[in-house]
Amino acid sequence: MKKYIQDFDVVENKRLNQEFVVLTLQHPYQLPEMFPGQFVEVKVENGPNTFLRRPISIHDVDREKQQIKLLVQEIGEGTQLMGQLQPGDKLNLVYPLGNQFQISPNDKVLLIGGGCGIAPLLFLGRHLLENGITPRFLLGARSKDGLIELDEFKKLGEVYTTTEDGSEGTKGFVIHHPIMKTQTPDYDQICTCGPEPMMRVVAKYAKNHNIKCQVSLENHMACGIGACLCCVTDTIEGHKCTCTDGPVFDSTYLKW
Amino acid sequence: MTASGTFGYGEEYMDFYDINCLGGIVVKGTTLHHREGNPYPRMAETGRGMLNAVGLQNKGVHYFAKEIYPRIKDFGTNILVNVSGSTIEDYVETAAAIQELDNIPGIELNISCPNVKEGGMAFGTSCPSAVAVVEAVRKVYNKHLMVKLSPNVTNIAEIALAVEQAGADSLSLINTLLGMAIDAETKRPLLSTITGGLSGPAIKPVALRMVWQVTQVVKIPIVGMGGIMNAEDAIEFMLAGASAVQIGTANFVDPMVGSNVIDGIKEYLERKGMNSAKELVGGMITD
Ligand SMILES: Cc1cc2nc3c(=O)[nH]c(=O)nc-3n(C[C@H](O)[C@H](O)[C@H](O)COP(=O)(O)OP(=O)(O)OC[C@H]3O[C@@H](n4cnc5c(N)ncnc54)[C@H](O)[C@@H]3O)c2cc1C
Ligand SMILES: Cc1cc2nc3c(=O)[nH]c(=O)nc-3n(C[C@H](O)[C@H](O)[C@H](O)COP(=O)(O)O)c2cc1C
Ligand code: FES
Repeated sequence: MKKYIQDFDVVENKRLNQEFVVLTLQHPYQLPEMFPGQFVEVKVENGPNTFLRRPISIHDVDREKQQIKLLVQEIGEGTQLMGQLQPGDKLNLVYPLGNQFQISPNDKVLLIGGGCGIAPLLFLGRHLLENGITPRFLLGARSKDGLIELDEFKKLGEVYTTTEDGSEGTKGFVIHHPIMKTQTPDYDQICTCGPEPMMRVVAKYAKNHNIKCQVSLENHMACGIGACLCCVTDTIEGHKCTCTDGPVFDSTYLKW
Repeated sequence: MTASGTFGYGEEYMDFYDINCLGGIVVKGTTLHHREGNPYPRMAETGRGMLNAVGLQNKGVHYFAKEIYPRIKDFGTNILVNVSGSTIEDYVETAAAIQELDNIPGIELNISCPNVKEGGMAFGTSCPSAVAVVEAVRKVYNKHLMVKLSPNVTNIAEIALAVEQAGADSLSLINTLLGMAIDAETKRPLLSTITGGLSGPAIKPVALRMVWQVTQVVKIPIVGMGGIMNAEDAIEFMLAGASAVQIGTANFVDPMVGSNVIDGIKEYLERKGMNSAKELVGGMITD
């Protein structure tokens, strides 16, 4: 897929809570084709300690408005600077990067997200719906406040939630939700993105139930385009780049 | 030129600009046999730079010749192969295999990789071993032999001179500086290998100093690198005595940097009323 380097205009910065913002970025020309699971490499300006670009998933795409959305969790200097962007600011992106979630027409899909890992699932859900598949979402967070963008997800399909403190949905981790407890799951495909321990548990569950499971990894990256070999993950075929062979992998392909 | 390990095989950057405008591309470190490289994590961002510990992951020279060379051999720029090894025999055999590839005008002998357990940098940090590997490769390789020097030495001029006498056609410097990083919260190293190679703007002053020191003692051309982010940086290296430059880590931040540096140098030459970049070489004014 052809990659681009382009300046986008920040048109909105919507703060969801203390940690999360959604940035809406607009481009003057028509956007290239993008797929769920792909990401952008953001250049963070004016950060004394931010040197490399930051990889961020494509959260949503509105082709008519020529806009893309990024969901950013502020965890360090680079993401904090992104969180401060205001309409009128510019943001330089290298995109679209990486592979995509693979879905076949008759799949019954459960999308499982935690933390900022819910980012690619909104775009994926929209894509599934456009292709005649009604997605279901299982989203986990520490507490109620961390369950973000629920209204957006609810527009696309059914949403189940878990919180560690029980302030909303089932108490516990995603794996404790009743939908993960049934002996005969009514879905045959899981797509998951979130903290690695969560994805490992989900992958193990999927394996035990003979369900196909795709996981989206967040390895540290330098180039994002396959040039530096810094972002590798261990697979049954040796080291593979998360930025070009991934970030989405079939969980059985990984050495987990 | 673009620096080894930072520009893939050039293909990764073709969407961004016409890579044929470059003076050359030095492709990834290539060894005799397949290498998986070091475990993840292999990189850590540091102030104005980064540490890497890739460890020469590559599929070996025969795979390169069979699978990759046909894809890149007709690029309209010079493709140099960065050659690495654990033993002198490895280097010789790899160089000999590349000698057979018509469209590869030269190799860059990497005697300075800090990220492999045996060989690599060990060759480039003492005069006798550097001389031994360069002499051995020179015997089997009759195209352009560029030797890449390690900055992790006490006296780089001494090694440069020894390598020149051993038959190198040009020198490139610097490779990465040995460094490390620790996460204070978790008390753990940020790299799987604990130590790794530092690159990017943070190393530029060291690199400039070394290029200048080396140009004082050798006659063969010097290719300077270390932290070049823009045309001004590149010009500084040429003023210090480099005949050409390589750009490494900057490609990650700005995939268009290669073409931007070329345009910037042209603009500088015009502004200063100079006819050719050659006039810049060694042009630092000290009086
Ligand atoms: C494919 C991919 C998609 C991602 N999608 C999103 C997203 O949609 N929303 C979001 O908020 N975050 C996402 N991340 C994580 C995001 O890249 C990091 O949170 C961010 O780079 C941290 O930068 P910082 O300067 O704030 O933090 P610092 O900790 O100061 O960063 C220091 C260095 O470590 C790297 N780093 C730190 N944490 C991570 C991490 N989790 N993953 C990768 N690199 C990291 C940084 O890039 C930087 O080089 C994604 C990561 C990947 C690999
Ligand atoms: C990720 C990465 C991989 C590298 N791999 C190689 C390599 O295989 N062989 C080599 O001689 N140098 C390698 N280098 C060193 C660079 O070619 C260059 O010498 C160094 O990074 C300094 O230049 P810079 O500051 O412009 O990056 C690598 C550097 C980086 C950052
Ligand atoms: S980040 Fe450079 S190869 Fe993946």
